[in-house]
Amino acid sequence: MSTSSTTLPSADPLVGSRSFLSRLREGDEIVRLITFLFAASVVLITLLLVFELWQGSVLARHKFGFAFFATRVWDPNAGEFGALPFIFGTLVTSIVALLIAVPLGIGAAIFLAELAPARVSDTLEFFIDLLAAVPSVIYGLLGFLFVVPLMRDYIQPRLKDSLGFLPFFKGPAYGIGFLTAGLVLAIMVIPYIISVSREVLLSVPRDQREAALALGSTRWESTWKVVVPFARAGIMGSIFLALARALGETMAVTMVIGNTPAISASLFSPGYSIAAVIANEFSEATGDLYPQALIELGLVLFLLTFILNGLARIMILATSQRGSGMGNA
Amino acid sequence: MKRIAGILLASFGLASALLAANALTITGAGASFPYPMYSKWFDEYHKKDTNIEINYQSIGSGGGIKQVTEGTVDFGASDGPMNDDQLKAFQDKHGFAILHFPTVLGAVVPTYNIPGVTTDLNFTPEALSGIFLGKITKWNDPAIAGANKGVNLPGNDIVVVHRSDGSGTTYIWTDYLSKISDEWKSKVGKGASVNWPVGLGGKGNEGVAGLVKQTANGFGYVELIYAIQNKMPYGTVKNSSGAFIKADLAGVTAAAAGAAKSMPDDFRVSITDAPGKAAYPISSFTWLLIPAKFSDGPKRDAIKGFVKWMLADGQNYAEALSYAKLPKEVVAKEVKALDGIQ
Repeated sequence: MSTSSTTLPSADPLVGSRSFLSRLREGDEIVRLITFLFAASVVLITLLLVFELWQGSVLARHKFGFAFFATRVWDPNAGEFGALPFIFGTLVTSIVALLIAVPLGIGAAIFLAELAPARVSDTLEFFIDLLAAVPSVIYGLLGFLFVVPLMRDYIQPRLKDSLGFLPFFKGPAYGIGFLTAGLVLAIMVIPYIISVSREVLLSVPRDQREAALALGSTRWESTWKVVVPFARAGIMGSIFLALARALGETMAVTMVIGNTPAISASLFSPGYSIAAVIANEFSEATGDLYPQALIELGLVLFLLTFILNGLARIMILATSQRGSGMGNA
Repeated sequence: MKRIAGILLASFGLASALLAANALTITGAGASFPYPMYSKWFDEYHKKDTNIEINYQSIGSGGGIKQVTEGTVDFGASDGPMNDDQLKAFQDKHGFAILHFPTVLGAVVPTYNIPGVTTDLNFTPEALSGIFLGKITKWNDPAIAGANKGVNLPGNDIVVVHRSDGSGTTYIWTDYLSKISDEWKSKVGKGASVNWPVGLGGKGNEGVAGLVKQTANGFGYVELIYAIQNKMPYGTVKNSSGAFIKADLAGVTAAAAGAAKSMPDDFRVSITDAPGKAAYPISSFTWLLIPAKFSDGPKRDAIKGFVKWMLADGQNYAEALSYAKLPKEVVAKEVKALDGIQ
């Protein structure tokens, strides 16, 4: 600790001219090395993860090849494994979750950052952080005991009556399925969107708002046309953080999705997600091929997350280059 | 302050060193169904012989087989016997065999939630396989109604619920369906997880029970113990002698006694659809998986000592925890088989 305090005044131009040895003696090099190792471990862990998933699924990859992505059957007894229903379920539940969570989350963030008094905003932020920290199994229980009966007895019959002509709202209303899983996921990810978006909105410089107001815009116009676009990159970031959480969520999803590897246009239908099937079946998976097929599913989930994160990066880059000066949010 | 801490640390160190000097820790892993029984046994046995501590992780039968084969635990435990491939894999890796020792018995029961029906329903094998194959879809189907004269069954769709997690319970249920239905055997087969023709998946006994309770016209299967402890309605099942049996511990032991006469020497036997008038047909042993050879002498003696105690005094704890005891014939056979562990 004492070494770092002695280096503090060295914000002067002399810093570069000190010899390597003196920097080593004063601890700079050691701190640099240690923190570099910490940072490098992130890359190492990612590589190790991919390597392990790749190695662990060698039999399954060779046996099924790319057909793994297109096969709809999952039959441990027959040794036939396909990822399609699980990929479908993972994507559909995540999309439903975002469709619900994004407007609600961003709306709430705008209220907290721009409209609410600071005291209200800070109090609510405390509760939002609390919600973000609730373990997912609690959300699963909430979903199973409260959301499922609500969906079955009230929401699904009403959706069927009013929008039943659409293919999304057909079939028997069990209360569990894609729609319920998406809704529970939405409840889980909204705190992330609110919390991150609020911070980003709050960090928009005051001048931006004042400039807009000075030009005669209303408060809403300054928020919607100036502040939100300025914070666009950060808000996108919060959405993709939410997406990542939704894709990988296991416990809460398996409790309300119905755990049936089915592909159906109807959101009322029971389904399955990649994370849920791995958690459900891995402990009892025997033989060579079966556990490997589950590990390959893990690889698929990793790939899915990787692709979506890549897309997110590209979108953030594209939007931040389009004039809004805040790429670092 | 420092001094006190030092003294405390030293005495802790001394105490743990003393304890460690004599303690022998045995590790096991596997089936979760008998876990309450096993933890009671290991606890009682530790009280009897404080030098022996048995750590058991209920990670599931598949995990137990995997870990004992890899040699990371001293023994495994499973709700379904190891198949020939798994036995061979163990033999190839270690150069000696792995032995099965039945410990207690359990049963799986059909449970349902039909609004307006409060009596126990009777299920024929044809009805059970038909419902789970998706061929019988309504409660008033003749296959169900025929065995339940006088019960006013609705014409509603049956909502089938099964386990989504791999489990010994599913193994027993599908093992039974495979025995009574050729179509089930060829289309679906038996296993801890199978490709279900119909139905919703619930995680764990509580997941299945929850879905059945919540969903009108729901139908699923749970462990007998779970149904008893949670006071769930469950139906009788027609056995191979044609009698409808409501599952209880006596019926399960009767099924085991029926099978005891033809018990193979390796104890790998399925007692679903067992013969005997009083036998409940969806019953099963659960097994300890113990390697036939130990390089560590004290460990071997400790495990043998435990199994011997479990077969004698240990059995008396079973019924209080709603597990069925082993029949006497099986106990005698197992005591002999213990000599096979070297």
